[in-house]
Amino acid sequence: MSEHHIVSPKVYVTIFGILMVCTFLTVAAAKIDLNAYFSGLNIIVALTIAVFKASLVVLFFMHAKYSPQRTQLVIIASVFWLAIMLFMTMSDYVSRPWI
Amino acid sequence: MHRTGELYEQYRTMEQQRETASLGMWVFLSTEVLFFGGLFMTYTLNRSTYPDIFSEASKTIKLSWGAINTVVLIGSSLTMAMAVWASQVGKKRLLTFFLIATLVLGTVFLGIKSIEYHDKYVEHHIPGLNFQFEPGADAATNAHAQLFFSLYFGMTGLHALHMIVGAGLLLWLVKESVRGRFTPEYNTPVENIGLYWHFVDIVWIFLFPLLYLIDRH
Repeated sequence: MSEHHIVSPKVYVTIFGILMVCTFLTVAAAKIDLNAYFSGLNIIVALTIAVFKASLVVLFFMHAKYSPQRTQLVIIASVFWLAIMLFMTMSDYVSRPWI
Repeated sequence: MHRTGELYEQYRTMEQQRETASLGMWVFLSTEVLFFGGLFMTYTLNRSTYPDIFSEASKTIKLSWGAINTVVLIGSSLTMAMAVWASQVGKKRLLTFFLIATLVLGTVFLGIKSIEYHDKYVEHHIPGLNFQFEPGADAATNAHAQLFFSLYFGMTGLHALHMIVGAGLLLWLVKESVRGRFTPEYNTPVENIGLYWHFVDIVWIFLFPLLYLIDRH
């Protein structure tokens, strides 16, 4: 992108509104015993909403949507390294009793 | 050195100069992701090892304070984003207003956090300090509950420390914006401190469900 992109206040307020709705939804969902339907569903719902909220903040508040690709690569890389740490460490601990 | 927004010799265009500053900030934030990531890793592992006691301990934290703080912090992210916009379009007084609003909301967040910490102090839920999870709790329950509260204080404490640093940075931004230093040509500090502030907001977006929410049903 050659021109510096200025995000309008309208976009910021809209995103804020969506984030507020998501916060309400995640609190409401936490009070229902979703685990009765599917084991661990409460955690899955809470973290899915959290990932969605974080993505909105990164894309719009932090302008990642309008950033050059090399900046976007750094953002993806940070999540990727975090995933390596979580996945490899947990797979080690989870599989230890198997041997 | 007093930067005002002139083009430095190592850059070809202003746009390149701006993007480089932003890229540097993102590289720093990547290290922050992994910094907090270690704590999230420890939390995940211990929670999966002691799910029942972590669930009981989590329920002793007041959900209402956590929910209010989530609204306050996301609100401060909105005012920070508006501050960045004000600096980009050259509305200097509006910039100062939004920076102060962000600072106030950040302080409210820390105030509520201190009320929560005080509640935990009264309930003997601070690890190592006359810790007693509930009257008559056995040694194993106390030990594992302390593990939860160590992570609770470790994670929210590191987050609060980032907020305090952010508040310090905001104070400096307010001072410089009152002096009229930020213009549409030069607002890198506003943008980069904004990125930092939003990052701290994102950490809370994950702390809130993990510590307050997932065992409420």
